[in-house]
This record gives sequence, C-alpha cells and structure tokens, in this order.
Amino acid sequence: MPSPEIKNLHIELSQYLTRLQVGVGFVLVLGLILVSRLIYLQVFKHDHYQSLAESNRIALVPAIPNRGLIVDRNGRILADNFSAYTLEITVSKAGDLDALLDQISGLIEITPKNLRRFKRLLEESHEFETVPLKSKLTDEEVAILAANRYRLPGVEVKARLFRNYPAGEGLSHVVGYIGRINDADLKKLKEEGRVTNYKGSTHIGKVGIEQTYENLLHGRTGFDQMETDSSGRAVRVLSHVSPVAGNDLVLHLDMELQRVAEHVFGDYRGGLVAIDPNTGGVLAMVSKPGFDPNLFVDGIDPATWKELNESLDKPMVNRPLRGIYPPGSTIKPFMALAALELGLRKSQDAIADPGFYSLPNSRHRYRDWKAGGHGIVDLHKSVVVSCDTYYYRLAVDMGIDRMHGFLSKFGFGVKSGLDMQGESSGLLPSKEWKQKRWNKPWYLGETVIAGIGQGYHLTTPMQLAAATATLANGGTFYRPQLVKSMKDGATRQETVISPEVAWKNDFHPEYLQRVRDAMVDVLKPGGTAVGAGAGAQYTIAGKTGTAQVVGIKQGQNYDERRVAERHRDHALFVAFAPAESPRIALAVMVENGGHGGSTAAPIARAVFDYYLLGKRPAGIPVSEEHESAGD
Amino acid sequence: MNQPVIRRLAKQLTLHLDGLLLALLIALLVLSTAVVFSASGQSGVRLGGHLTNIALAVVVLVVVANIPPHILAKAGPPLYVVGVVLLIGVALFGEIRNGSRRWLPLGIVSIQPSEIMKIALPLMLAWFFHQREATLKLRDFGIAALIVAIPFMLVLRQPDLGTSLLIAASGFYVLFFAGLSWRIIAGLGALGAVSLPLAWGLMHDYQRQRVMTLLDPSADPLGAGYHIIQSTIAIGSGGMFGKGWLSGTQNQLDFIPERTTDFIFAVYSEEFGLLGNIVLMLLYLAVVARGLKIAEHAPSMFARLMAGTISLNFFTHVFVNMGMVSGILPVVGVPLPFMSYGGTALVTLMIGFGMLMSLATHRKLLKT
Repeated sequence: MPSPEIKNLHIELSQYLTRLQVGVGFVLVLGLILVSRLIYLQVFKHDHYQSLAESNRIALVPAIPNRGLIVDRNGRILADNFSAYTLEITVSKAGDLDALLDQISGLIEITPKNLRRFKRLLEESHEFETVPLKSKLTDEEVAILAANRYRLPGVEVKARLFRNYPAGEGLSHVVGYIGRINDADLKKLKEEGRVTNYKGSTHIGKVGIEQTYENLLHGRTGFDQMETDSSGRAVRVLSHVSPVAGNDLVLHLDMELQRVAEHVFGDYRGGLVAIDPNTGGVLAMVSKPGFDPNLFVDGIDPATWKELNESLDKPMVNRPLRGIYPPGSTIKPFMALAALELGLRKSQDAIADPGFYSLPNSRHRYRDWKAGGHGIVDLHKSVVVSCDTYYYRLAVDMGIDRMHGFLSKFGFGVKSGLDMQGESSGLLPSKEWKQKRWNKPWYLGETVIAGIGQGYHLTTPMQLAAATATLANGGTFYRPQLVKSMKDGATRQETVISPEVAWKNDFHPEYLQRVRDAMVDVLKPGGTAVGAGAGAQYTIAGKTGTAQVVGIKQGQNYDERRVAERHRDHALFVAFAPAESPRIALAVMVENGGHGGSTAAPIARAVFDYYLLGKRPAGIPVSEEHESAGD
Repeated sequence: MNQPVIRRLAKQLTLHLDGLLLALLIALLVLSTAVVFSASGQSGVRLGGHLTNIALAVVVLVVVANIPPHILAKAGPPLYVVGVVLLIGVALFGEIRNGSRRWLPLGIVSIQPSEIMKIALPLMLAWFFHQREATLKLRDFGIAALIVAIPFMLVLRQPDLGTSLLIAASGFYVLFFAGLSWRIIAGLGALGAVSLPLAWGLMHDYQRQRVMTLLDPSADPLGAGYHIIQSTIAIGSGGMFGKGWLSGTQNQLDFIPERTTDFIFAVYSEEFGLLGNIVLMLLYLAVVARGLKIAEHAPSMFARLMAGTISLNFFTHVFVNMGMVSGILPVVGVPLPFMSYGGTALVTLMIGFGMLMSLATHRKLLKT
C-alpha cells in the first residue's frame, strides 16, 4: 500500500494531466475563434474590404476642362479664360485665421475689399474647402508667398483659370457670368446627376448664356487615377483620362452692332432687341444699364452687390427678357393686319375721327392722342399717324378674345423661346384670363384701350422684336436664338444650330403689303417717325409707340426731379429694314423716353445704318480690339 | 586541431535544445524575417536589425536552455523581488510616456519592468508551489494569489490594463496547473463578470475609448478607430490567397500603423491571405502542442507548472495580438510572438522557450 504522500502525488499528477487537457481545449477554442474571425474577414467580407483597400489606395484627381469660349458672329471674343495665380486658404488647416490674415497682410497687399469678399465666401463654404483671398497675384507676390510658405499653414498658391468678359458691361445680360458653385448649384447638379462632372470645378454659369449653355460650355472633367499612400502623396499614376474642353459658342450677335446700339442709347434706361427675321438669330440685345460681369467671377464683394441690387436703375434686370411694358401704339400694325385678316375692315374703309371715341350708350370719351382728331382716317393713315380713335372702334368690333387669338399668332403672351433662362411671358389678356386671374368679368372699356396697346397687355422687348420679325418675314415665327453654332471642344467640329420655325402663319400677301406700306410711311413726311427716316438709303418700315407709366412705386425720399422723370412715358419703336426684303427687325424700348418717334426711332435708325450700310454714328470709337477667336 | 573542441562545444550546446521546437521556432522566424522586410518597405536596415535581434535571441535561447531547472527555480524569488522593486520604482520615479508611467530610466537606458514580470511571476509561483508540493493547502493558494496581486496592481496603476491582465493570466495559469479548485475558478469567473461594470467605472478614459473603439471603430475613423479600421481592411482585402509578398497595398502604402511591430499580423494577413494565416496558426499550435507535450512529461512540480504556463502564456499573447489586429479585442500593446520586430520581446520569448527546452532536456538527462 503506497504511502498517503505518494498517493497524494499520484492524484496530483493525474489532476495535472487533466488540467493540461483543459489547457489544450482552451487553446483550441481560442484558435477556433481566431480562425473563424479570419475566415469571416477574408472570405465572407473579402469583397467589402477589397473595395475599401482600393479606395484607400486610389485617389481620383480631377482634371478640370477648359470652359468653352463665347464669341460673336465675327469671332470676336465675348468670354474667354486666362490663367492666373490665386492665394487660397484652407480654414481647417489654418489654425488662428485672424493671425494668419495679419501675417499675409504683412507680406503682400490685402485690400479691405479682398477681406470682405473672403469673409463672405467663407460663410458659404465648408471648412475643408479652399477659399480664395486674393486672385490674379503678380509674379512678385507669388514669389513672396512661396518663400514664406512654411510659416503660412493652410495657405496655397494655385494656378487657376479665370473667366474674362472683355465686352464688360455691354453684354452682361446676354453672356451673363459664372460664379462659385454654391449649395443650391450643388443640389441641382446632384439632382441632375451631373455632380461627378463637377469634381474639381469651382465655378458654374449663373446667368445668361453662361447659365443656359452650362452643359455645353463646361466640358468633360478628366481624371488622373493615382495611387496614393496614407499621407495622400501620389506614388504613381494608374490611369489618365484627359479632360475634354467645353464647346465654343458662336452667337448670332454682332458685337459691333451691339456697341452701336448701346452708344446711341446714351444714358437712357431700356432695352433693344434686334433679330434677323429670316432665322430668328438675335443680332443685338441691349439692356441698359448693365453691370460688369467680371465682378462676379471671383465672388462679388458685399458692398458692390448691395449697390447693384438696390440701385433705382435696376442694372441687374435683364430688360429685353424680363422687362414688361405695355406695347402702346406698336400694337397697331398687328391690329391693322388683324382687321384685314378677320374681315372687319377693308383698307379703304375710313372713319371720321373727332378726336375721341365713345362706347354706345356711354358719354365717356376715350381720347385720341391728338386733340381734335385726324380727320378722315383709313387703315393706312391710322398706322401712319397712329390714330387712336380708329383702333378704339376696331377693338370693340373685334372683341378681346378675337384680339387675343390673332395677336397670339405673333407670340404675344407666351415666352418667345429664346435660348436663355428666366424669360418673362408677358401678358396677353382675354376674358378667360381675367376670370381666372381676377375672378371678374371683362369690361368693354378694357377692350377699347387694349386696341391701342394699353391696359392689361404687357410685352417684353424680346416678344415685341420677335413679333416684328414675324410681321417682317410674312408670318413665320422663328424661335429667337442667341447661339448660332458651337464648336466641339475635342474635335473642333462646328455644329450649326439651324433656325427653328415655331409656327407659320398664313397671312394674305396683299394685307401684309398694306400694313408694311403703312409702316414705311410712318418714317416718311406725315408719319410719326419722320425724323428717324430722313435721308435713309433704304426703306424702313416701323411704328412708334408711347406707353404710359403706371404706378411705379418709388422710394418716398427720392430726389423729386428724378422721380418726375421716372413718371414720363416709355418710348417705343418697332421696325424692320429693308422693307422690301427685311434683313433686320427690332424693338426699342426707352424707359421714360417720352415719344417713340423722337427718342426710340433714332436709335433704331442708327442700328439699321450700321447693320445695313456699315455706317457708324459719330462719336463712337472704333473698337480697339480686332483680334478674332477663329481657328 | 581545434576540431574536436569545437565539436564538443557544439555538442554540449545543442544537447539541451529541443529539435522539434527549435525547428518550429526557426520556421516562424524565417516567416517573420520575410514579413518584417516587407513591412519595413524593404528596408535593409530593418532587416539587419531584425537578424541581429534573432541572433541575440538564439544565443539567449541556447544559454537559458543550458541552465538546469533547479537553478532556474532558484532564480524565481530574487527575480520577482527585483521586479516588484522596479515596479515600485516606476510608480515613484517612472517616466511618463503617452500618458502612463511604464518606463524606468536607468542611466542611459529605460526599462519596462512589467516585461520582466511576465517571466518573473510564473517563475516565482512555480518555485513557491514546488516548495509546498507535498503539503499543498488552500492557504498556499491564498499566498499565491497575493504574489499575483502585487505586480498586477502595480502595473494596473501605471496604468497598463492590457499588460496587467497578461501578467495576471500568467500567474493564473500557474495556479491552474497547481490544482486550484474548479469551484474557486468558477467563483473568480463569476466575480469577474459581476465586477465588470465596476471596472468600467474605474477605467481611465483612454481605456474606455479603446473598448468603445472595438465596439464601433467607425465612430472615430481618423482617431482611435484608425488602427483597427486599417488593419481589418488589410486582413479582409488579403482574401483567400493574399496579395503576395511585398504586394500588400495597405502595407506598402503605409495605411497599416505600427506595421513592423504590433500590427505586423495585418501585413502578413494581407500578403499571404487566409491560407498563410492557417499555416501560421498551425505553426503556433504546433509550438503550443510541443510545449504541452514537454509539460506532460515534466519530471517535477516546478517543471510541470513552468512548462504548462509558458505554453499557455505564449498562446495567450498570440491570441491577444491577433484578436486585437483583427478587431475582436481592444488595442493593447502586445507584439505578435516571433513575428513582430523588436529585440526585447524576442529575447523575453526566447528566455521562456529556453526554459522550456531546459525542462525538456534535463528531464531526459535525469532519466538516464
């Protein structure tokens, strides 16, 4: 029998061996846990982690395409790009921003304007974005900043492409401008699924052609696929997709014609639209006053923005497109054609004009502009002398709905379809419209004044010009177009945008001829625009108009003299030339210009003279830059 | 002329080496060299350093293997006392690095006494139980618990939760093999579970953050979660067969942090895949199996306790490191045994395995 001690040891040993087995089990369990985890990661989640590793490794560096140029019909540059250095700050890396700005100010000149703009942009951007402090740095400034780079955290000097608008104020409303992409732009890009093409882009078209043709102008962003290490340093280029430059746009617009039109407009406010009646191409589009679009490219400073926005002259309003005015007497040629087409008048039918018109059973007198009247007035004379009485009566005979129907044929009351966003559709009244809009019946008296283009009827200069072009070409409504053709950014192939016939009217040639003849005589002795027609080497067909200014709300404390000026009538003129085979049709609207014949018509004459004869008005400098953007 | 002398010396030196274990360790070190080379961006300097460390560690292995077990056992108490004194020294005069007091400056070098404890504590306990072998009572386990508690608390206070738990584990293994009753083990387990919320309350912020990071690394992807996110990506993207040696993108492009040291497993996993991981795991299991085999045949209480503990301790480190790198354990500063770059860890390991070989080979000698 073994001693208790030995037995004890024996038991102890077998217990130890059991524990070793437990230890083996313990190790196997832990090993199994690890292997399961590794199988989970490396087999079941492999694809997931593979893609994470790839996105770790691969960085797509966007290559920003060159924005397409915008040139006029003769290749003159209206918008181009130049490369310049900008000083940009990444706020999240900057640390103490105020101290940094002080430090920079000690090195290069930072104007208060730079600072104001920087602060405004700062509010609009995210912390990790770079915000420009100063652009178009001089070589010296670049050198100073480069030398001090190590003590300016978050400061970068970047070479960027800038947009330049050599035409400045004149074409601000046509060409528009680009500005920094803001949250609203970003949201829109996301909704349209175009946001990937804007990786790296900082600017986007905000108004005008820059906005409308954004898709064509922007181009396709290229990408460098880089392998980068954990600190973001590029190790090598894996693949490269070159950016494709945006399309160059060629406008119908003639820059020189535009300059002439602006020049003769003088200091007046208003708009002018000149259209090629055979294509719908917009030859000139003036909005006075304008603004310098270059101010917006880099972000406008708040003070200038406020000044532009609050100016009584409303330089930010695109008048040809969004300015709505009563057509006044410029509606008369269209009414005359309506009378003939609808069989309400024959051209020889005449009235005796006592100087006013009264509705049956009413004593209210609708006065002609000429006290005492124009005597015996037939259709021809009614246009030439702009007889109101003739049209009061005609309107009543026609009725508002037939008037609405006929004037619609010229595009009144609907957007012209110009290739630019933000167009106003004006207003062409009808009984139905009034019922819907005001829930009120139509009154006959409203028909009377509608006959001379007053009352509810509102039109934009663009609509008026398009209507005039339609009259000029015999009834075809071409959609007005700014862009004539585009050049592909990659292939340089030019694609002409063909004229687009929106609809065709079948007017009786004889009736058209009668109206045109009358319009030609408007610029002859006895006509309301005789002055503007004097000495013309070609025939002009035109019609003057004067629109009453109704209820413009003005700042109460504003200068009395100017307020009075702003209550003057708007002067209008529509015309086309040469009358026999029109090449240009236009509408001029001069705000508070008084009489159409004396203020608006001479502007049209100058535009015609330049377009048809190449004759420059006295005093306009020959444009200094004659370089062309042609290839 | 020196031929016989060299041969005799060589024979004497290799006499106490365990052939199988040595082969396994060499296999691991060969793998390690390849991975360190890759992880260091093919740095010749790092490679040289690593090979130097290996050479040094092998010398330590051979030396320790030649020390007879009874002398090893005697080294237990003084080593333990020195360790505890140094830990107290750390608490009083230690350098603060990364917010905790772990290093003791001794002239030109700084040492980390908690590393010494990883060997000193099991040695001390094994010696203690060996002394009480015949008359082991419950009270002795109480004393043993105290021996564990002192360094545990000192390291915990540094604070270094990870290392203190590893030290406690190494102590626990000795107690476990010495026959600590299952009831007490169950009781300790229950106590641990109950005190978890309490422990959470006592934890330092950074410790809590590490636990939170484990639960949801994406909460702080650039901060605390970065290590784990990047290492899991590396492992997961390695897939079945790996991206190939020197071809791991997470590795080569420096996305894996601490990639030659604590996170070297991520590099290995990325480049050699699941297949490589299974090979590595089998190597580790073979090492543990060999260690436990030695333990099974160990002739004395001391040898049994040490051999079992060294084996389990080794695997515990493997588990904690791989668990941490693959995202199932919080981040603690534990290198992967025989794989990570680093001389101290390798030497410490080799001391352990030297002891294991000493226990194995001196047993044979005793028998004959």
